[in-house]
Amino acid sequence: MKTQEYTVVGTRPIRHDGVDKVTGRALYGADFQMAGLLYGHILRSPHAHARIRRIDTSKAEQLPGVKAVVTAGDFPEVPERMVDLGEGDTPLSYARGNVLAKGKVLYKGHAIAAVAATSVHVAEEAAGLIEVDYEVLPCVLTAPEAMQDGAAILHDDLKTKEFGEQTGRVSNVAEHFRYAMGDIEAGFAQAEVMVEREFNTATVHQGYIEPHNATALWNNDGRILVWCSTQGSFSVRDVTACLLDVPVSRVRVTPMEIGGGFGGKIPVYLEPVAALLSKKTGKPVKIVMSRKDVFEGSGPTPGSHMKVKIGARKDGRITAAQAYLAYEAGAYPGAMVAPGAMCVFAAYDIANVVIDGFDVVVNKPSTAAYRAPGATNAAFAAESVVDEIAEKLGIDPLDFRLKNAAKEGTRRADGPKYRRIGCVEVIEAMKNHPHYTAPLGGPHRGRGVAIGFWFNVGLPSSCTISVSADGTVNLVEGSTDIGGTRTSIAMQAAEVLGIPAEDVHPTVVDTDSVGFTAVTGGSRTTFATGWAAYEAAQDVVRQMKERAAKIWETEAASVALDRGVFQSGDKRMTFQELAAKLDQTGGPVVGRGAVNPRGVGGSFSGCIADVEVDPETGKVTILRFTSVQDAGKAIHPSYVEGQMQGGSVQGIGWALNEEYFMNDAGSMTNSSLLDYRMPTALDLPMIDTVIVEVPNPGHPFGARGVGEANIVPPPGAIANAIYRAAGVRMNRLPMNPPAIMQAIWSQRD
Amino acid sequence: MKWFDYAAPASLSEAVGLLTAHPGARLLAGGTDLLVQLRAGRKETDLVVDAKHIPELNAISYDAARGLTLGASVPCYRIYKDKNVTGAYPALAEVASLIGGTQIQGRASIGGNLCNAAPSADSVPLLIALHGTCRIAGPRGSREIAVEDFCTAPGRTVLQPGELLVSLHLPPPAPHSGARYLRFIPRNEMDIAVAGAGVEVVLENGRFRSARVALSSVAPTPLYVREAGEALAGSPVDEASIAAAAEIARKSAKPITDMRGTADYRSHLCAVLTRRALEAAVLRARGKN
Repeated sequence: MKTQEYTVVGTRPIRHDGVDKVTGRALYGADFQMAGLLYGHILRSPHAHARIRRIDTSKAEQLPGVKAVVTAGDFPEVPERMVDLGEGDTPLSYARGNVLAKGKVLYKGHAIAAVAATSVHVAEEAAGLIEVDYEVLPCVLTAPEAMQDGAAILHDDLKTKEFGEQTGRVSNVAEHFRYAMGDIEAGFAQAEVMVEREFNTATVHQGYIEPHNATALWNNDGRILVWCSTQGSFSVRDVTACLLDVPVSRVRVTPMEIGGGFGGKIPVYLEPVAALLSKKTGKPVKIVMSRKDVFEGSGPTPGSHMKVKIGARKDGRITAAQAYLAYEAGAYPGAMVAPGAMCVFAAYDIANVVIDGFDVVVNKPSTAAYRAPGATNAAFAAESVVDEIAEKLGIDPLDFRLKNAAKEGTRRADGPKYRRIGCVEVIEAMKNHPHYTAPLGGPHRGRGVAIGFWFNVGLPSSCTISVSADGTVNLVEGSTDIGGTRTSIAMQAAEVLGIPAEDVHPTVVDTDSVGFTAVTGGSRTTFATGWAAYEAAQDVVRQMKERAAKIWETEAASVALDRGVFQSGDKRMTFQELAAKLDQTGGPVVGRGAVNPRGVGGSFSGCIADVEVDPETGKVTILRFTSVQDAGKAIHPSYVEGQMQGGSVQGIGWALNEEYFMNDAGSMTNSSLLDYRMPTALDLPMIDTVIVEVPNPGHPFGARGVGEANIVPPPGAIANAIYRAAGVRMNRLPMNPPAIMQAIWSQRD
Repeated sequence: MKWFDYAAPASLSEAVGLLTAHPGARLLAGGTDLLVQLRAGRKETDLVVDAKHIPELNAISYDAARGLTLGASVPCYRIYKDKNVTGAYPALAEVASLIGGTQIQGRASIGGNLCNAAPSADSVPLLIALHGTCRIAGPRGSREIAVEDFCTAPGRTVLQPGELLVSLHLPPPAPHSGARYLRFIPRNEMDIAVAGAGVEVVLENGRFRSARVALSSVAPTPLYVREAGEALAGSPVDEASIAAAAEIARKSAKPITDMRGTADYRSHLCAVLTRRALEAAVLRARGKN
């Protein structure tokens, strides 16, 4: 399939929000100010697991400047029920419990109470005056620990679901599920080479630069107004309304600019608390997390314990693959292990597969999505084993992957059959890239490759477009912009309207001002909100054609639009000329688009990494890095490349140094950006990018989401490169210098 | 962060008076450690005394016969831009440019790095290797002490109530001498040393006339490894002598396991970094770097 020629789609216009962002005028959540504003501070648990015997807030309330203190007891009393907050059904008590703990604290950093005061310093001091009487309990910090008989239990009411059935058994395993296909034993019996390995990965954080923040005003008319930085204003509206037990129409959320999210700014932490404080004080209340709060009190991504076994014939065909994935959900169920299980072998066409997934609660912060949630852990394990098998067979690692690559019609173990996908094309692009055959140029160097998959999602989006008399249009949408999506959405409207991208003025508005739009997540925004913009633009075109027909006294069906020029017979009028005549022809033209698209196209990504390992210190230097991804059709290639580079860098950080370093008491000892050690610009080479375009037949322009698949392969590729550079197969993340040195020493012994 | 008062004394005696009258006061040089600690609630104080207006704490002076006197609150950027420092103490200029990023170097001082008394302080092993001494002023006058004796525990120093560090003094470099500090960090910048080694060597006729070795991040305080230097003194400048000194450094280290590295790994790094720093210092002493 060839990509069509477009006028706007595929070009690289300057982003609409660029000037405000580079001049510092863009307003982020913490910038929000309002007359009478109070400042909130959250008291957080010093213990990883404890029963709360008593909370005494009286001393805090007496401190001058303190206006209100709230605890879980300030939520309106409602009977327990299941609620769907966008990630499946969860008990309301769990959803509320993570915002303000009730009865028990389940991780260090768990919010217990909040203070509103005239200054942030007074609020902080007052929080320190709240007396909490704890009965400290033993804590469990990893999935294997939490799964042991006799392990400390986090939730007395959490009963294990196994293969879809309630077992009635209380344990830390919220769910055990299995995806199976073919005959696993027969598959392994056919194998001539087999590799089985065990892997562990640490909890890591998305590492967005802007901390969580929220301002709420419980207004005198009973409406709750919220200003915050989020990936989904409607999701904040719905969750806030649910936790406060008010109808959704009572809450209005105004999304401020967002300084990064990567999945971590989907959950709600502060908004309901700020609202409760505002209800008590009658004033707007703003709460901003510190970096420590972000690490300890927001949602990182699961640590995991995994086993992967793969068997292949000498000719290089994989005959069977098995995976065991136990992911740490953190304090409440929902470890994103299902997507991990769906992705672990997603890049391969394998007849016999068994995948077991375990969603395990532990005394760490409740985990959240992180860019292709669940897939990176699984791909690290799978791609390491694939590399070892290829090595044992003496087959080039990319040839081995090509031989087994998933194609149109391949069935995944979890059920779906692929439509047109670009897995083969991505691997071929890696093979054909000069990087793959370039000399390494020195000792202690190695090259590794890996591939990965992410589904992407559709979900509802809404958009309206109003035509201005000067021939530009205003585009109103509800997707908060974390990756340049104002522009990629505006470009799709511009393409339909035949006008330049600069003539579309996109605005992200509050939840009262646009139709429901799901979160900016799942790489869906350019795909789905872009589709809504496409529909809204089509609606504008239809109405504009009617206006032209009216002027020309002809049938609308005879009017065509070609590159911004309306024509019928020998009559011609540009979009601008017609826009100036709307008042005389019936009034304003407003187009609307509301979609819930199904034609989602999954994206494959691969990378080539060259590393050098200092054999005396174990330090890994990334020498060269190339990321390849199928974008379907790159709407704005610069932003696609930006996503690929961003995902690669986060994958590199995950691979090398990032981790929640927990002490035995369950306290994170490196909760600062200094010691958490994300890579900086000085730790990275320029990330080369290759965009592969295998158009998605399910989108008007062929777009596939590109935000996530790129983070999946880097840890596996780097592990494989380290093996070639230093001779050690790393079976854990992070592969930091002490761990690599330890592996080198173990091999010598 | 709690409210605190702020004072900016213009003389040493005024500063000593303030510090004596307010035993809980904290001295602020660049503030790059103190302000962070106050904001994070790791330290509390009622009074911050700004040292940046006291002349003695802000001067750099160098004399080929007497050496370098470095005011305790002179910021790093003034140190690595000072021609005398880059000429006579290139390793000190390197260390001053190693601490923090450009903005931090505009405020942070070597004196502050020492007074913060972190085991990981990057400048301290080098100051020890370079025979640094501290001039301390207090209510009972002034006193001097060797840099290796200044820190007593993490965050603790020999400074008594009312006392402050005025300046650091380094003797002039000996002929055929070279110094170097090397640290290991997992990233390439903006990181805390997992381990570090500061060394100085003086060469004479193919042998070490003398040498000093000090380590960071592997003990409760920056660690002077006297035995490593003593082993080198008189030995030929070769791989074996350097390896032996590196081994002494490894054995002297008393590291802990924490989020920055395991104890075994840190001990191992002490040997690697001591060897690499000695090799670099030898090159420098021979005028090759």
